Amino acid sequence: MASRETLLNIGLALLLLVLPVIANYSGEPFYVTLATRIAILSLAAVGLNLALGLGGLVSFGHAAFFGIGGYAAGILATHAFSGDPLIFGLPGTKQMLIIWIVAIAAGGLAALLIGLITLRTSGVYFIMITLAFAQMIFYFAISWPAYGGEDGLPIYVRNAFPGVNTLKPLSYFLVCYALLAVGLVLFKLFQDSRFGAALQAARQNEVRVASVGIPPYRIRLVAFVISGMFTAVAGALFADLNRFVSPSMLSWQMSGELIVLIILGGVGRLFGPVAGAALFVLLEHWLGGITERWQFFLGLILLGVVLFARGGLIGLIAGRARHG
Amino acid sequence: MQTALIIEQLLNGLQFGVMLFLMAAGLTLIFGVMGLINLAHGSLYMVGAFACAAVAAWTGSFWLGLIASLAAAAAAGAIVELVVIRRLYDRDHLDQVLATFALILIFSEGTRWVFGSFPLYLDIPALLSGTVPLPGGSRYQLYRLAIIGVGVAVAVGLFLLISKTRLGMRIRAGESDREMIGALGVDVATLYTLVFALGAALAGLAGAMVGAIQSVQVGMGEPVLILAFVVIVIGGIGSIRGALIGAILVGVTDTMGRFLLPQTLMLFMPPSQAAMIGGAIASMLIYLLMAVVLALKPRGLFPAQG
Repeated sequence: MASRETLLNIGLALLLLVLPVIANYSGEPFYVTLATRIAILSLAAVGLNLALGLGGLVSFGHAAFFGIGGYAAGILATHAFSGDPLIFGLPGTKQMLIIWIVAIAAGGLAALLIGLITLRTSGVYFIMITLAFAQMIFYFAISWPAYGGEDGLPIYVRNAFPGVNTLKPLSYFLVCYALLAVGLVLFKLFQDSRFGAALQAARQNEVRVASVGIPPYRIRLVAFVISGMFTAVAGALFADLNRFVSPSMLSWQMSGELIVLIILGGVGRLFGPVAGAALFVLLEHWLGGITERWQFFLGLILLGVVLFARGGLIGLIAGRARHG
Repeated sequence: MQTALIIEQLLNGLQFGVMLFLMAAGLTLIFGVMGLINLAHGSLYMVGAFACAAVAAWTGSFWLGLIASLAAAAAAGAIVELVVIRRLYDRDHLDQVLATFALILIFSEGTRWVFGSFPLYLDIPALLSGTVPLPGGSRYQLYRLAIIGVGVAVAVGLFLLISKTRLGMRIRAGESDREMIGALGVDVATLYTLVFALGAALAGLAGAMVGAIQSVQVGMGEPVLILAFVVIVIGGIGSIRGALIGAILVGVTDTMGRFLLPQTLMLFMPPSQAAMIGGAIASMLIYLLMAVVLALKPRGLFPAQG
């Protein structure tokens, strides 16, 4: 069944692959970097979409996981560079595969701890508390001087991936794109699984789910942890893209941006985060080229989308959400 | 000497708490009555500070600035309510978060447009610029005491407004059943605008008063906003009494934590390490406090009825 949304998704996936390749061979590496940014932010938002879109958990604190992933990459690379052991005599590393695993573990652990407390609440409480916990980690990163504190942490040379020269913009883009593809496939599998069905049912009618013997709290906690893992891996990629980690990756603006990406694209839709990230990054780039005051106009556009274009970009093109 | 220092820090914590109360009271009132989560409340705080700084610089009078801050924040609040917020009452919280996030972008960049990127400075008025003696021999800034006084006055005023006046009766009625008071002939739309403007004015007042002890700059509102969220989560969303107690708890915990933790740790470890670890833990202390409160009482210390 090739619905309009499926066709749109295929088109988006192809565009995001083909355009950077064309840009690269026509000597415009800047646009490759822009596309890499889109892929990474998409992946972070795919993670949030698991919690927010499927589970209805409006987390205003996903920057915490994004930043933790980023710091995992930064800290491991710093130790590999300096040669100092990290903990228990373990060395740092420059291998992305190991960094990603550490980022996923750290992000998952943080999501577990935060989720254990925040998921006891719901609605506005949940929004505010996730925001508060992310802010706690933000202030910790600022006041802990060992890894740069407020100034952030540079990654002198981009970390390595076996068989790929990650220093070339296009190669690094393809790594990120592949990871985004894996993320989207996992999201789809998750959405269609029994577990995904239970998670979505818990969003639609918590009491009914509980009454058939499925504990919503536990389901949500698992979803929240997986969501944090996705976003953390994206954070590690983001740190490597910029070769820099700073507390700004943990800031509340970052959390807000991730939500914005999802809403712009379409909540709970497979490619919503991709459409949203593409729109957001291009808008930022385009408005930033026209006026120094681009945030003002971005705000106006966002306001317009919320008030008048519910369902986001994909909803606008592919029609009403099948999503209650 | 040590006792004097502790008293001084306690007063600082109280002053911080009172300022948080002014923010939290508006937020919790708006949530209680309209069911709206307003991220742009920090922007109204900023508007108040900028209005006060600009008018004070222009007229030379802090007091005119203070009046201007109340008026500007209330007006900004009313306009925002009429144009944007009013369309959000029936939406889910996600839409409210996003729309008010967009408002932050607009307010922040708009303010930078008008006033430039450099911080403004606001002087403490001459009348309040002295110090008063504290028991134990040290002296304390009169201005900070005045902030505490204003906060207490606002708390009492709000309490009287809500429990004794007709407007307060309508606010309480609106909290428990908005359809019913509409059916009984109360103009709900105007009531909502009024409540929103009242909350905005309180935020503006807080911004103006704090503007004289810190610098007035774009982005000053959001850290305070997030702390105010912590306050109302601890106090129980929708409860003014909870906001007051939560604010003082947060203000005192934060200030005393930053003061006492490094000193306590210094008993066990070298000073530089104690300062680093103590500082890092102190910056997280209020969030840990919030986590503990939530683990024990998920709806806050004073959950609002309904």
